Amino acid sequence: MKDFAALVARIDQTTRTSAKTEALADYFARASDDDRLWTVALFSGRRPRRAITTTELREWVAERAGLPLWLVEESYPVVGDLAETIALILPPPSRGSDRSLAEWIALLRGLRDMPPEVRKAEVLAAWDALDASERFIFNKLLTGGWRIGVSQKLMTRTLARATGRTEAEMAHRLMGAWEPATTTWHALIEAEDAAADLSRPYPFCLAHQLDDGPESLGRPEDWRAEWKWDGIRGQLILREGQHFVWSRGEELMTDRFPELARARDFLPPGTVIDGELLAWRDGPLPFNALQKRIGRKTVPAKLLKEAPVALAAYDLLEDAGEDIRALPFDARRARLAQRLAELPPEAPLVLPPLVAFADWATLAATRATARDHAAEGLMLKRADSPYHVGRKRGDWWKWKLDPLVIDAVMIYAQAGHGRRANLFTDFTFAVWDGGALVPFTKAYSGLTDAEFRRITAWVRRNTQQRFGPVRQVTPHQVFEIAFEGLHESPRHKSGVALRFPRMSRWREDKPPEEAGTLDELKAMLAAYG
Amino acid sequence: MAADPVLTFTERGIYCPAGGFHIDPWRPVDRALVTHGHADHARPGHGAYLATPAAGPVLRHRLGDIRLEAADYGAVQRIGDARVSFHPAGHVPGSAQIRVEVGGEVWVVSGDYKTVPDGLSEPFEPVRCHVFVSECTFGLPVFEWAPQAAVAAEINGWWAASVAEGRTPMLAAYALGKAQRLLTMLDPSIGPVLTHGAVEETTAVLRAQGLPLPETIRVTPELDPKAHPGALVLAPPSALGSKWARRFGAVSTGHASGWMRLRGVRRRRAADRGFVISDHADWPGLLSAIRATGAEKVFVTHGYTEIFSRSLNAEGWDAAIVPTEFGGETEDEGDAG
Repeated sequence: MKDFAALVARIDQTTRTSAKTEALADYFARASDDDRLWTVALFSGRRPRRAITTTELREWVAERAGLPLWLVEESYPVVGDLAETIALILPPPSRGSDRSLAEWIALLRGLRDMPPEVRKAEVLAAWDALDASERFIFNKLLTGGWRIGVSQKLMTRTLARATGRTEAEMAHRLMGAWEPATTTWHALIEAEDAAADLSRPYPFCLAHQLDDGPESLGRPEDWRAEWKWDGIRGQLILREGQHFVWSRGEELMTDRFPELARARDFLPPGTVIDGELLAWRDGPLPFNALQKRIGRKTVPAKLLKEAPVALAAYDLLEDAGEDIRALPFDARRARLAQRLAELPPEAPLVLPPLVAFADWATLAATRATARDHAAEGLMLKRADSPYHVGRKRGDWWKWKLDPLVIDAVMIYAQAGHGRRANLFTDFTFAVWDGGALVPFTKAYSGLTDAEFRRITAWVRRNTQQRFGPVRQVTPHQVFEIAFEGLHESPRHKSGVALRFPRMSRWREDKPPEEAGTLDELKAMLAAYG
Repeated sequence: MAADPVLTFTERGIYCPAGGFHIDPWRPVDRALVTHGHADHARPGHGAYLATPAAGPVLRHRLGDIRLEAADYGAVQRIGDARVSFHPAGHVPGSAQIRVEVGGEVWVVSGDYKTVPDGLSEPFEPVRCHVFVSECTFGLPVFEWAPQAAVAAEINGWWAASVAEGRTPMLAAYALGKAQRLLTMLDPSIGPVLTHGAVEETTAVLRAQGLPLPETIRVTPELDPKAHPGALVLAPPSALGSKWARRFGAVSTGHASGWMRLRGVRRRRAADRGFVISDHADWPGLLSAIRATGAEKVFVTHGYTEIFSRSLNAEGWDAAIVPTEFGGETEDEGDAG
């Protein structure tokens, strides 16, 4: 554990990628296979199942530190991380421990089957044997939600270098359903044929945002355009009679979208399709409809009817069992079209049309109509581009519509968490309804750190009332709120809910009386909802 | 009718009706008693100032030609119907708590303070009182400081390692107090210390009044960083990542502040290193200071006032928050820590 804690400290102590890579490489060169495997697992979002509730942890740390429970609870939002809060509050350890990372994790995995008193005794004993940095890690393992300054990409690159493989291959090896408890370092990283797991997805190819017009991209004929529909990016895998649906965050979503099981009836095994999961009835339904499906592990029949889901198929990655990611986009698209050509209407797959255009000006005019097509803009893909691993600049672009905007008055403020603890970053905004301000959205992002510091100072000086952590402030500050869309919502006082609201501008030039109105929002709802 | 309280909280700051003076007021008043020279305590525009002799030069340096009288630590003087004395707060050199006695009732305003000696500031002195007005910038149990020697070893280790890597360590710290404290902790055998103008000016003022501060080299436009191999640069937080910092080429950045205790704040600062060192009392320090005053009533200000006062109340004190609109909360955590 000391080596792993030292690795995390080294990574934490630098903002330079080269220094992080070096720290990782040093660690991988020295650590045991078990520790290495768990390190890769942790840095790619896998963790032991939670054996202890956070409520228990809070109670135990309060008891151990001799503090009332409420004080622990109040400290947590300031620190912004429970594992760290506990590490900071505990009294110093009375001894040390030489257990390795893998050994500690083995202990954690065993906790689930122990009686409650034994679990508690084990955790208290662990706290008493670990120093501050080790405790933080131990608590992170207990609470989950591991986020450390190492991207999966950085780790993949380091591992690829250390093993003499390409980054793309390493990324592919690390995808999918493997678990450290049931595999080995050798099988995962080193074995010649990583005994291809049936469910293993390909790394997603991601697009960059196109901020200026497309003229800089060169000749229009080298490019293909598609509507950018707003759903859930997903990869459908059909292999050996089974099917799997993966999210971009490498979450297995197969059971959440039972409609896709029927894909097996229409497509041969050895097919992998990249697409967008959409609520679909003769065309994409508003995101609102899909929202009802998100987070539901099982789907009641009524909902299947109300919000049926289809996969808009954008790309073909594997065809007849062959990895075709290196083929040009046009060739992959042609094969995809062929595979989907004869599908009956009840198939859960649709082939979105390419958007035709002769020149950039035509395309810009088409893009302006995106909202009429229930799209948030266009995707641009270079005709001869391979299917890249990850976010590679140059071949795929998202060219979104400008967001909708409205000027709103800040009425409540709340401090942030984690990196933003101690700053007021979470705000509630209102628009005018006659002489009253009606809250209609919250927003957390869009300001610079310097602006957050400035508004924080202002909030402190202009607090009218406190409701726990929330402060009601003088209705004075006006912000331009940008958002991607809106829909009707009976749960909100204003009757509308916004999609991706954020602060796009601090309107210090605007007095609160000149902020937007509920009528303006309702007009937008009528036009775009 | 009940007599006025010894101190009241007004829109200009803490006011003593019996003495007709304010303590650390933030709007212009006739007569200001000032605990120390930090900008959120010593503001311009007052008719007359009273501070300790050791705080005086910095006040003059920052506020210019002010009417300033000196009050020695422990010396009692009568102002109106109040008996007033200044006592060491241990926050920065010359910093004071202010004791105010009216008709036998004693109130103490802590200003900013820390209870652990830093080797430079006059060590904190507990003052018995009936009512204690205490800051609580770090009034949460997650804030606890390591001994100064341990932090010094960490900083010097980072300095030496950065130099070995061919990087210039650039340490950010508040120009008054923290910077000078760090100067006394740095190991001169590693290399010279280069100072940003803001740090150098305050250091020069404190050096001139006799504080034992090591030698420093001011960074001027003509200075060639290469002529000072192995140097560490000491600068205010605003200088990090600025145009000014570019002349040093490859740097390793560090922040020295109590807020560095929190990983979230360290990450927000995006510095390579965060060193946990503060001129404010930590949680155990606040509690021991309050206990030592023997006060029954405690007013808390600056920081986690709600949580801290609730905690004091649970422990048997009669604690209240100095009303927010009069609280003059610190505006930049980086400077306050």
